[in-house]
Amino acid sequence: MLKTFPKGGIHPPENKITSTKSIKRMPTPKVVYVPISQHIGIPAEITVNVKDKVEIGQVIAKSSGFVSSNIHSPVSGTVTKLDKIIDTSGYKKQCIVIRTDIKDESNFEDIEYPLKKDISLEPKDILQKINESGIVGLGGATFPSHVKLSIKEGAKLDCLIINGVECEPYLTADHRLMLEKAEEIIVGIKILMFALHIDKAIIGIENNKKDAIEVFKNLIINEKSIKVAALKVKYPQGGEKQLVRAILNREVPKNGLPLDVGVIVHNVGTIFAIYQAIQHNKPLTERVVTVTGKKLENASNYWVKIGTPIKDLVDEVGGLPEGTRKIVNGGPMMGKAIKNMDVPVTKGTSGILVIHEDEASRGEQKNCIRCGECVDVCPMGLEPHLLMNLTEKGKYDDASNEDIMTCIECGSCSFVCPSHRPLLDYIRFGKHIVKKLNTAKN
Amino acid sequence: MSTQPIIVSASPHVHSDRTSKKLMYDVVIALIPAFIVSIYVFGIGALIVTSVAVISCLLFEYLIQKYLLKTAVTITDGSALITGILLAFNLPSNLPVWMIIVGSLVAIGVAKSSFGGLGFNVFNPALVGRVFLLVSFPVQMTLWPTAIVNNSTVVDAVTGATPLGVIKEGLQYGETITQMSTKIPSIIDMLLGFTGGSLGEMSALALLIGGIFLIVRKVISWHIPVIMLATIMLMTGIYWFIDPEHYANPLIHILSGGAILGAFFMATDLVTSPMTKKGMVIFAIGIGIITVVIRLFGAYPEGVSFAILIMNAFVPLINKYFKPRRFGSKIKAKIV
Amino acid sequence: MTNSVLYSVLLLSSLGGIAAIILYVVSKKFYVYENPLIGEVEDILPSANCGGCGSPGCKAFAEKLVNYEDISSLFCPVGGNEAMKLISVALGKEVAEKDPTVAVVRCQGSCDVRPKTTEYQGPKSCAISAMIYSGETDCQFGCLGDGDCVSVCKFDAMFMDESTGLPIIITDKCTSCGACVDACPRNIIEMRPRHKKDLKIFVGCLNEDKGGIAKKACEVACIGCSKCEDICPKGAVTMADNLAYIDPVTCTLCRKCVDVCPTHSIIETNFPPRKVKKVETEVKANIESVKLNADA
Repeated sequence: MLKTFPKGGIHPPENKITSTKSIKRMPTPKVVYVPISQHIGIPAEITVNVKDKVEIGQVIAKSSGFVSSNIHSPVSGTVTKLDKIIDTSGYKKQCIVIRTDIKDESNFEDIEYPLKKDISLEPKDILQKINESGIVGLGGATFPSHVKLSIKEGAKLDCLIINGVECEPYLTADHRLMLEKAEEIIVGIKILMFALHIDKAIIGIENNKKDAIEVFKNLIINEKSIKVAALKVKYPQGGEKQLVRAILNREVPKNGLPLDVGVIVHNVGTIFAIYQAIQHNKPLTERVVTVTGKKLENASNYWVKIGTPIKDLVDEVGGLPEGTRKIVNGGPMMGKAIKNMDVPVTKGTSGILVIHEDEASRGEQKNCIRCGECVDVCPMGLEPHLLMNLTEKGKYDDASNEDIMTCIECGSCSFVCPSHRPLLDYIRFGKHIVKKLNTAKN
Repeated sequence: MSTQPIIVSASPHVHSDRTSKKLMYDVVIALIPAFIVSIYVFGIGALIVTSVAVISCLLFEYLIQKYLLKTAVTITDGSALITGILLAFNLPSNLPVWMIIVGSLVAIGVAKSSFGGLGFNVFNPALVGRVFLLVSFPVQMTLWPTAIVNNSTVVDAVTGATPLGVIKEGLQYGETITQMSTKIPSIIDMLLGFTGGSLGEMSALALLIGGIFLIVRKVISWHIPVIMLATIMLMTGIYWFIDPEHYANPLIHILSGGAILGAFFMATDLVTSPMTKKGMVIFAIGIGIITVVIRLFGAYPEGVSFAILIMNAFVPLINKYFKPRRFGSKIKAKIV
Repeated sequence: MTNSVLYSVLLLSSLGGIAAIILYVVSKKFYVYENPLIGEVEDILPSANCGGCGSPGCKAFAEKLVNYEDISSLFCPVGGNEAMKLISVALGKEVAEKDPTVAVVRCQGSCDVRPKTTEYQGPKSCAISAMIYSGETDCQFGCLGDGDCVSVCKFDAMFMDESTGLPIIITDKCTSCGACVDACPRNIIEMRPRHKKDLKIFVGCLNEDKGGIAKKACEVACIGCSKCEDICPKGAVTMADNLAYIDPVTCTLCRKCVDVCPTHSIIETNFPPRKVKKVETEVKANIESVKLNADA
């Protein structure tokens, strides 16, 4: 019996078209647009001026608080503008425009570092290094990693969980990374275990990635402290709370964090970024992005520099197919539809999904027939139909009492609703208002 | 790139291929076996009653939406169609046409549209129509034409009562079940549908096939029908065990009086049943108990319709007090 | 027969009597003294319960008016000066006097001048679509066109113009309660003084982008050229973030800025049609009458 979380969940068509495509290197774009807010928290402060020369890995925007993150130049070149352009949020946001220096060889070199196993830094320095390297949660939430790793004195921590679930349909970035960089990831896990003084780590992988499970099982034969957990394929298992429940059978309390049950969860991408930062002194300037879509001919996985416009990526796979009506930054369940092709890749971009007009439109909204499907699939035990209703009527206090804030926005309810009701749209809005009301109260 | 602008909407960007329309038509498909049996048993009468009920339900829905409420007309969504079929299934096959039309008007106009249309009705529309006719025209509604094809030799040639009606009447005249045994159709006849009754409620087998189809297609969950029938069986079983001369065999209770039709098609109506599995269990047990109480101690020989309607009224309460368990709500986690 | 009639009459009348006694006792026991002035003030208030005063309803506002010592900061925008004067007489307190205001829509981005570049699918609500992205057009400051303002208006003073996709305010019905101002996620709607004959001049654009980008997104966008600022004789126009703003208090409604605006993004309302020369005198007369009005 494979492990999974007990309540709710769905199984959307997987469509992992690119799971056999090895990660290619995306050519360095001529211009990169680096937003200063690529993480949850306070935007970084720009430290460069127009016409400044910048090197690869140079800090161009400095972390401006505890919950914030450094941003490094992904290319070597010249800052041409400090402009506002539309990013994934759909709004114009401040970003640094850098024109790539074509003469600089290092821009185009395919840097492959040899595997380095020995950990030379002390735990404290490791955390400091992670902070400096601008590493954020690469699973999509983009929460600054050093904040997650700063554990208060006295907190009990006994297990590190590595999230290799990748439950979103279409996306294969983590899958390919696990196949190609497994040894590095194991070293990355050891670094974190060393830094946090934990002696247990579990890599959670869904059973549709049998090859990755196999690779890790072979690698950890001699490791006592690291285990691999094969999980049943079910969305949203990649959610922290669901993953902890599935692997350790521990339930993160309402409004709590995995830390409350002695667990810390990191995505495999983040672990690899940590490995690179600690062992090779390489800050986070690129990431794996799956460029995919049913009609896309050369859908594949790429190493992409942060700040590359999505247009360049799509051109690389042969341009937008005829009849494209929607472009999504991220996976189909939680990704955000973007407004135009100039939106840059950020630290949180795990995939670009191109949707054909056949599947792009939403169905016509009908009356709720009270079938209870949304209640059945909600992994958090909420009643989405009720929350939508309360939000629609402006009863935010009631919605708050019905635990609207614990919604993880996985979209399972909207996915299954036979009446095509925009449940999550309303719940998200309700959460937004409740949050605002709560801050007003305090 | 296409000439149309790209679409921006909130996640999720994919949707399961289930739609409410498909759910509705699955129910219609599931009702077909029982419909075929009823035509076989009652002949042209069954066809007339069903088509009149369906057409008048659709027509009333159309007229009300178009001219009274002035909203979008949604008669193609299949819900009025189901109401029509279910209403017909609950009527005797020789009911006058005008009564069927009145029943449809009550079902669609009173029970459904006046509450706000699909999804807002508290009570199952078909049952409201049926119960309205039953209390308004008790004579016509309880005179069942005999099955054309009939293996048993006992039933009155023109009109016959349902098995449960026979028992109730017999008990009133002081007869025991054994004395009545010749008047009650055999279990096999009841299973196949060769007995008196409303046109859709007699063939337990055909209804079971439809019900299982619905469960397999995940239109309904097994909770309500199974638990409701189990409750009826258990309660009547206890009485039968104590006094088999005055209480009928639980199998008779299950196989007649629309218990199967009610359990699989009426109680499970998505709109008027609870949302959670916990709620469904309570709901089904409630229907079972009320049904048995009406059948054994009430004035009517059959009580499924009333039981479902009574429990429908409790659904909002059930939804309120039997909520799914919130994730992480037991604050004491396993780790100490 | 007679007995049963007698019994039921007796039973019912005794029940009635008992109920009456209970009611009497309860009403005496739980009587809450309420200042009769509150009722009196409430009668003066328009009973719209719109929340424009900041209180949840007219009753709550009346309580505030009666209970507070200083009520000069309180104002009922719907009842206006007339109602406040009556309240002042009733309560014997000083009340504030405010120029009547009216809501204006500061966006002219109709369908034909502001092309749609994307299609939004989702709940028809500005607040929700604003959470997802910057709207169907390339302008991230303008009207989203889903009509949140119209749906919150309790006085039927707004409607969506189907041809332009913009809300329209019926000034006669507008009570300046401010509900639409709060509902708009883009802060497009502003309360401006209701001059005589409802004359108004304001910048019908909020686009803070640079001129070229703004103009590309919308033909009638303010491009921040400062021409209006230069020509204004009273210094009522201020420029900030590539955007002009006309201060309603200092503006004398001279209409000079309207003429120089290259993108026609300054809106004038209810002015008589322009006639050469003659206009000047008329406007002057208007201004004068406005001034007189203000003085009075």
